Amino acid sequence: MSAVDTARAVDTARAADTADTVRATRKGISIGPVGLAWRPRVFWLTIAAVAAALLLVVLGVAIGSTWIAPGTVVRSLLGLGTGPDAFIVQTLRLPRVLTGALVGLTLAVAGALTQTFTRNPLGTPDIIGVTSGASVGAVAAVVIGGGTYAVGAVVLGSRIPVAATIGALIAAAVVYGLGWRGGVQSYRLVLVGIGVSATLDAVTSYLLVRAQITQAAAASQWLVGSLSSTSWASVWPLLIVAAVAVPVALATSASLGIGQLGDEVAVGVGLAIQRHRLLVIALAVVLTAAAVAAAGPVGFVAFVVPQIALRLAGTNRPPLLLSAALGAVLVLAADLLARSAFPWQVPVGIVTTVIGAPYLIWLLIRHRKEMSR
Amino acid sequence: MTTLHDTTTTAPHDSAVATPPVLEARGLSVGYDRRAVLSDLDLRIERGTVTTFLGANGCGKSTLLKAFGRVLKPIAGEVHLDGVPIRKEPNRAVARKLAILPQSPAAPAGTSVLDLVMRGRNPHQSWARPWTAEDAGVAEEAIAATGLTEVAHRDVASLSGGQRQRAWIALVLAQRADTLLLDEPTTYLDLAHQLDVLRLVRRINRDQGSTVVMVLHDLSLAARYSDRLVVLHDGGVVADGSPVDVLTPEVLQSAFGLHARVVPDPVTGAPMVVPEADEHDVSGLAADANLG
Repeated sequence: MSAVDTARAVDTARAADTADTVRATRKGISIGPVGLAWRPRVFWLTIAAVAAALLLVVLGVAIGSTWIAPGTVVRSLLGLGTGPDAFIVQTLRLPRVLTGALVGLTLAVAGALTQTFTRNPLGTPDIIGVTSGASVGAVAAVVIGGGTYAVGAVVLGSRIPVAATIGALIAAAVVYGLGWRGGVQSYRLVLVGIGVSATLDAVTSYLLVRAQITQAAAASQWLVGSLSSTSWASVWPLLIVAAVAVPVALATSASLGIGQLGDEVAVGVGLAIQRHRLLVIALAVVLTAAAVAAAGPVGFVAFVVPQIALRLAGTNRPPLLLSAALGAVLVLAADLLARSAFPWQVPVGIVTTVIGAPYLIWLLIRHRKEMSR
Repeated sequence: MTTLHDTTTTAPHDSAVATPPVLEARGLSVGYDRRAVLSDLDLRIERGTVTTFLGANGCGKSTLLKAFGRVLKPIAGEVHLDGVPIRKEPNRAVARKLAILPQSPAAPAGTSVLDLVMRGRNPHQSWARPWTAEDAGVAEEAIAATGLTEVAHRDVASLSGGQRQRAWIALVLAQRADTLLLDEPTTYLDLAHQLDVLRLVRRINRDQGSTVVMVLHDLSLAARYSDRLVVLHDGGVVADGSPVDVLTPEVLQSAFGLHARVVPDPVTGAPMVVPEADEHDVSGLAADANLG
């Protein structure tokens, strides 16, 4: 009997067999029609985080130099308010709160993407050079083009975000280009990114040292991340980027899960890995650049939020939507604290770090206790 | 290419000539950083057979398997899958016909067996056709076939080495590809679990008519569970054929630098490799046993 005949005979047997086995094993495990997308724990956590973010938006608008009752805030948010309160809400406070929420959201999603794709919790968007590139751009705009602080402050409104965005995109392109070697491997990308970031940070330091003291002060404030100079002009670019990039990121979710299993397995199950990698990097770069352009490199959000989301959800990678909602929660809470808990203004980037880092450490300790039990 | 006696390059089944081989290397040179480990290799893998690549460490057997699995780009030459250059076909289409299991794969913490196995359905899914009940059925079946139904919801990291390896094999099975490439599927497993894995491989081959190409280290196990052995050494194939033809003291000496005797396995009659004793391991027992 030839191999072909054997194969054919086996095929027939196999077809009959398969039907039986499916029936037999069907009750063993239930997967449900949606597959792994449906995880009740992640779903409810996300709902809770979104609710918390909305609550913080209302609180963030209500609390300030004058207290505005939450009822009035909600009415004004819905466009029903009139008078001075509506002005304060819509023109002064809402842009800042929305920028904060969007900065948190975009940074957290960018962090979740890069941490998943580098298979490393330290793989934040910073390592693709985006943050360092944006910093060089922004600081150069202040120091070289800014003139005096007073003049600068007016011009900077539009100049810093543009310079930061350009710096971020160029740096990311350089890292990707240098990381290319018949394809990009995440490990190589991380190493190149660290090198390029260090070089760019040196440039930033040099610019700061050379700058006049007022320029250096303005640049330093930008460098820790601040929401104090936000307006509707900061909201729109962020909103557009988030509205485009987050759904695309969600659509790559399955590929991200496959990429986590290593390059060989990913290729084996049919993932076009280089295209996938370019898409993920591009998304992370665009999201980070938008956030950094609006508020400066707000510290730690991209690193800590996905890790918190991962530990809360108990999944094998940070869930994107939960990360997004928690990112908004962290930055909104930090900004609220920064504005109201201290007699002086504290940049939001300092507060995100101060509340984010201990929380992550606490989660790690609790997790270790659970493991050892 | 050094050729030893008994090198069989013809296909085991001449009657199958009408259909192209499942996999075929044509003038293939593979290696790393443009330094070829194997040069100008021609090799045909026939449908429905179990073929094992053997050779000393660094001989290029895993490299060759990676080139067959289109994970590694050849320096020269081509790999054909069902008569078509493998790198010219969309990756997803290839994944429906060819499944690969790399050496010591790793899943991130928090990945359940089910999570892992469901990834095998990826090549069958698309925007137009997302996860279906059929995919669920195939995944469950793959988990059942590897005996993991009881632990389907457990974290892969919490399983024993043997179970973990079977979970990865289940992923490959869920792909429903007719050809499986397995790179050292028995690494780090104890003998009983090695047998588990190899028997499973044999069963898949027998029941589903799958073609299997694998890399193994254990010569006797390779002989017991393969239709064909291909021994690689010094940049090329030094022996190729049925286990009985290939596993000879001469081949072992030249390809592995191993001074060994080949005796029939008392259970199956397959050739079994028994290293010759040297001064360090001649105990009374060994000396007596060797006389028989």
